[in-house]
Amino acid sequence: MEPKTKIHAENGKQDLVITREFDLPLELLFKAYVEAEIVEQWMGTKVLKLENVKHGGWQFETTDPKGNVVFQANGVIHEIIENEKITRTFEMENTPFPAQLEFLEFTKVSDETSALTMQIVYKSPELRDQMLKLPFAQGINMAHNRLQDFVNKLK
Amino acid sequence: MEIRRDVFQAIADPTRRAILSLVALQAMTPGTIAENFSSSRQTISKHIQILSECELLHQTQNGREIYYHLNPEKIKEIDNFIEPFRKMWDEKFNKLEAIMKNYQPKK
Repeated sequence: MEPKTKIHAENGKQDLVITREFDLPLELLFKAYVEAEIVEQWMGTKVLKLENVKHGGWQFETTDPKGNVVFQANGVIHEIIENEKITRTFEMENTPFPAQLEFLEFTKVSDETSALTMQIVYKSPELRDQMLKLPFAQGINMAHNRLQDFVNKLK
Repeated sequence: MEIRRDVFQAIADPTRRAILSLVALQAMTPGTIAENFSSSRQTISKHIQILSECELLHQTQNGREIYYHLNPEKIKEIDNFIEPFRKMWDEKFNKLEAIMKNYQPKK
């Protein structure tokens, strides 16, 4: 079976495209991007600000159970057309990564299905590859940390 | 947090990497694999279990013996560093889909 979410990243380019088909009507898919309490649920982050208008800003923050901030991101909405598209910037705070530009396009496939195409443009091809490798590195680090925790308990 | 077994967790451990490189050469029984290590058979068997759960190893039955083979398809996944990035988005989108399927419009 073909994976539902696809990543298209050509070698040496500074952008990538994420595509996904949803078993949801277009209106519901779009709503999941503009209603703060829904965004919070599927992104797993707190939404401090989400202004769904041209020149509006957005701000997300994730804290660990102890209340320490582990992730902060913000950006500006450049264009938003209901059930059609969102153009915005995305910047992770307190990281060396510069802002990236995101073009989100929402399309109707049938009455009950829809699709999302998300093009992300990075400052350079090297930065794109670094961002792509982040979850890969995190996966290995997390496994290492768990191993470390385990070893520490044995001491 | 639920600890998921994935290929990246599997290869983060040096013993498991060693098991993979042994089995890459030829299919082996758990006993033969364990002979190559100073750890106890139970420890090695636990590692084998994790590798099997991540589908890095396949097993075949030959009479009373079980043989472990390398699953080349899954190894390719490790080679592809984009896969965890794709998976991360796929999981987020699955969640989005599940939430919206139960969405009740506010009155």
